[in-house]
Amino acid sequence: MWAGRVAKPSAAWLARIKVALFLACLLPTVLLALGVYQDRLGPNPIEVVTRGTGEWTLRLLLITLTVTPLCRSSGWKWLMRMRRMLGLFAFYYALLHLGSYLWLDQFFDWGAIGRDILKRPFITVGVAAFMLLVPLAATSNQAMVRRLGGRRWLRLHRSVYLIAILAVTHFWWLVKRDITEPVVYASILAVLLGMRLPLHRWGQARTQAAAKGRARVTGPAWPRNP
Amino acid sequence: MLIRKPADIPPSEITPRSTYVERRRFLGKLASVGGVGGVSGMSGMSGVGALAMAAMSWRPGDAVAEVGAGSLGALVKSAHSTNETPNSLHDISHYNNFYEFGVDKAAPAAQAHTLVTRPWTVRVEGLVKKPRQIAIEDILKLAPLEERIYRLRCVEGWSMVIPWVGFPLERLIRWAEPLSDAKFVEFVSLHDPKQMPGQLFPVLRWPYVEGLRLDEAMHPLALLAVGLYGDILPKQNGAPLRIVVPWKYGFKSGKSIVALRFVAQQPVTSWMRAAPSEYGFYSNVNPDVDHPRWSQARERRIGEFGKRKTLPFNGYGEQVAGLYAGMDLRKQF
Ligand code: HEM
Repeated sequence: MWAGRVAKPSAAWLARIKVALFLACLLPTVLLALGVYQDRLGPNPIEVVTRGTGEWTLRLLLITLTVTPLCRSSGWKWLMRMRRMLGLFAFYYALLHLGSYLWLDQFFDWGAIGRDILKRPFITVGVAAFMLLVPLAATSNQAMVRRLGGRRWLRLHRSVYLIAILAVTHFWWLVKRDITEPVVYASILAVLLGMRLPLHRWGQARTQAAAKGRARVTGPAWPRNP
Repeated sequence: MLIRKPADIPPSEITPRSTYVERRRFLGKLASVGGVGGVSGMSGMSGVGALAMAAMSWRPGDAVAEVGAGSLGALVKSAHSTNETPNSLHDISHYNNFYEFGVDKAAPAAQAHTLVTRPWTVRVEGLVKKPRQIAIEDILKLAPLEERIYRLRCVEGWSMVIPWVGFPLERLIRWAEPLSDAKFVEFVSLHDPKQMPGQLFPVLRWPYVEGLRLDEAMHPLALLAVGLYGDILPKQNGAPLRIVVPWKYGFKSGKSIVALRFVAQQPVTSWMRAAPSEYGFYSNVNPDVDHPRWSQARERRIGEFGKRKTLPFNGYGEQVAGLYAGMDLRKQF
């Protein structure tokens, strides 16, 4: 009974879940703004802002990449309907992160920014990741999916794998000495990418074939990737 | 002796009012621009970070608990002091790179209570007339204590102004009686993972070792610091005694020193060993020589919103540039 409801929530519940997820994704922004306002971010609040937004960009990218495998293994198709919001929040945090760099770190000194992008590999890679995110955010709505056509949309959105790799590389390269955190993120990404290997998919296909009847009733096929 | 308890010291006394007010103003400005957005400190950090964040929210009362343990009494005001406004004690003691207590800058304030600073002795060894030890109590008698307000520039691109208490390092070196073939001095920090939990991780090779050319170490600006804001050093700032070399990046100034080792050859320091292409032996503050991964042209003074230009030798060029006459400071960075 419960299980059935979780697997297939009603439209009203789905709406509630979406609102809750939206608020959850916004929570880091709220906490940070509050921290700045109350002067609780320590002696260097700007650093906390830059790093915090960077980390949440990466986390949301990885969470977005978890949706598809989670959906497949649980059979909860509704999870797919959360994916776009998560991806857009990743972009939102990337915007804040880039903004904090352009403003609070460089004060819009475009010469210095240009030199930074050319000279510092970690910045180069970060900018590449951001640039690649822009078209994905721009084509995230249903109308764009339709305009591009499922196949082309899919091909475009596969670049999220590259973006995630660039993002982890960015983190790895900027760390001064202790690479524990980048290693943790890299490991999570490796698992998420590993689950998408064709090898794995064969096994999946068999289980999916068995559950086909159930999958049918969940409505329109959502692009399987990414 | 009067031991000041935390409650006796109002925060207004610890944080110079001007700094405090200025800081509020800047934060207010930042907040009013509309929550630049992002993430709470907690969520932006790992477990250790979150712990340390909790420690950061202690605020002045607790910071003083470690600092107020003893006042250093009357101090000689030094002519070498800058007249810039010092950072608050809270900022100076809660934003530390002291990897012996964790790599997060909030970790030392939360972890350093495990450091035992009494009894404490310093060995002098290597090319000295006679290897021997000196207790901290006797070190304190080597010279009158001065207050020296110095700029500190971290290699990461931030800076502070810090009212140290100490005396010229030269005085301890003279006591050590180095031999004439001693050309460099190594500063060895404490190595004891029980007291310094960060040493359980091989982030750097322990003990932390730094070094100077002997003439650099004998320069009148090179300080042996034992205090901060008129009180004994907080543990997280390198108690009970540390080196302060204001014209070099902060990591050159070893903390919690247990030995001075005099040698003939240029030593390999902990950071040189860790990343030779990024950290040179000299590591003089130099806006023209970038760290491979970031620019050194500007710095953020902690508590300020904008960035300021970094000065050669951190603004002490007039006094120290002569030490490097004829050297190519791009090669010998
Ligand atoms: C998808 C895009 C990006 C992701 C996922 C990302 C992620 C991150 C992460 C995880 C951190 C480290 C946070 C920490 O140390 O705890 C970081 C730091 C940073 N990122 Fe990004 N980033 C991205 C794009 C960019 C771009 C476009 C720029 C600048 C043009 C940039 C500049 C920086 C800077 C300056 C830091 C701080 C380095 C420091 O404090 O030492 N990032 N980023």
